[in-house]
Amino acid sequence: MANAKPRVKVPKSAKAGEIITIKTLISHKMESGQRKDKAGKVIPRKIINKFTCEFNGTKVFECDIDPAISVNPYIEFTAKVTESGEFKFTWVDDDGSVYETSKKIEVK
Amino acid sequence: MKLDRRQVLGLTAGAAVFAVAGVRVTPATAAAEDAAKRIMEFTGGKQPASGKITLKTPEIAENGNTVPISVSVESAMSGDDMVQSVMILAEGNPNPDVATFHFTELSGEASATTRMRLAKTQNVVAIAKMKDGSVYSDTRQVKVTIGGCGG
Amino acid sequence: MNSTTLKWAGLLAAASIFAAGQAIAGPDNNKLMIDGKELVTDLKGPEGGPLEHIYSGWRFRASETQAFELDDFENPAFPAVDLGEELWNTVEGEAGKSCATCHNDASETMKGVRASMPKWNEKLGKPHTLETQINACRTENLKAEAWKWEAPNMLAMTSYIGLQSRGMPVNVQTDGPMQSWNDKGKELYYSRVGQLDMSCANCHEDNYGKMIRADHLSQGHINGFPTYRLKWGGLGSIHRRFSGCMKNIRATPYKRGSDEFIALELYLASRGTGLAVETPAVRN
Repeated sequence: MANAKPRVKVPKSAKAGEIITIKTLISHKMESGQRKDKAGKVIPRKIINKFTCEFNGTKVFECDIDPAISVNPYIEFTAKVTESGEFKFTWVDDDGSVYETSKKIEVK
Repeated sequence: MKLDRRQVLGLTAGAAVFAVAGVRVTPATAAAEDAAKRIMEFTGGKQPASGKITLKTPEIAENGNTVPISVSVESAMSGDDMVQSVMILAEGNPNPDVATFHFTELSGEASATTRMRLAKTQNVVAIAKMKDGSVYSDTRQVKVTIGGCGG
Repeated sequence: MNSTTLKWAGLLAAASIFAAGQAIAGPDNNKLMIDGKELVTDLKGPEGGPLEHIYSGWRFRASETQAFELDDFENPAFPAVDLGEELWNTVEGEAGKSCATCHNDASETMKGVRASMPKWNEKLGKPHTLETQINACRTENLKAEAWKWEAPNMLAMTSYIGLQSRGMPVNVQTDGPMQSWNDKGKELYYSRVGQLDMSCANCHEDNYGKMIRADHLSQGHINGFPTYRLKWGGLGSIHRRFSGCMKNIRATPYKRGSDEFIALELYLASRGTGLAVETPAVRN
């Protein structure tokens, strides 16, 4: 797919203090810079190199990504939620593009 | 009987499929040395202790393109009992770097899952750096199979 | 050149590459549960067929590979399914229509489509595969350009349409006008070809459950296509898999969309009658 498309899975609601699991996946070729084209020329590296998750503006989790991460990077992690709010997810591409998405959660 | 080129090719092809796929022992490579250097940079020269951190990988990966890995570190994730980061390295890849996870109090737990590429059978290492400066590591060997047709 | 020598090498190879795995022999007993629903991954083989019991390829995979298919979020094929849904609703072509213009909600109208393909088409005078049916719709009704067999958009659409049949039993017509196509497929299935002089049956009928080098041989059913293969790092069509198999035995593959591959697709589907559609499946 030409365009990187993020997908995230966050529970719609949680109890205060609950630790929830967040799953994220972004469609991306993750060109490692190790492969050669038919002419024998190295295909330049182009990967997602950073992923960040924030909750109501505070950092929850961050990941530095190297070319050894598989195509369509999948990252799963946890978050402790104490109040209702919004998770913001950011992926940074080698070419400078930034892909974002967000998800709300309600604390009961 | 004299074999011409085609026959030799045919026989070699036949013979090639006999080769038993199995464990390829990973020699100490430049990548492994690189990995050791990376660990020292990450830990500030400290030798990681064992314990606290658990790395989960398949024992045998059906394909090296997409190998699921999970890591978790025992920690209260509050006050001084905090995991700052966990670095994942692959000793036998062209470049040992895989990913580094950074945790916060809001993480609740120091655990993460991702999918990685493995060029061949090798050790995968996870190193955890705690807030108090202590470091822990866990290593798992993943056998990457060279398939008959599926690989 | 001496063809006997070549044949001998081929036969020897064919006879010796299969070894019963010590740890793994035959399919496992795992259950394929997706969204709390169990999918049929084994049942009695079709009446009159060569297999007493049939098993989905899922049952031959390592548990880590199996796990990718258990959750639609973790299934790496789903970004393509999302794209398929988007394309379904996108107006394209001179007629100013989208798929949805005529077929409305795919979850209603496309139910069962994958399970019954390839399907006889009177106007065409031959069976339609899902790919040729989509392209017929595109060129005739949408007045849009046909997609290439393996194009990302085609794979996205076939996965999206295929998903609407997930869990339904594979059930293709093999009588009437389809009879000769099924017969042709059967003939191809049992024909030895290529430098290794092997037929589909040598691996997938005679030796399923055994290891071919490090690979656990399945019965070669096609109930999960398009399938996300870890080897491909993406989705591929049934005909791409056929092509790969033929290359593995050092034969010259037929073309995607050829009558040979359509016939083989039909025959393979009929061998897997009753298995649940798993589209989009995940394999190694």
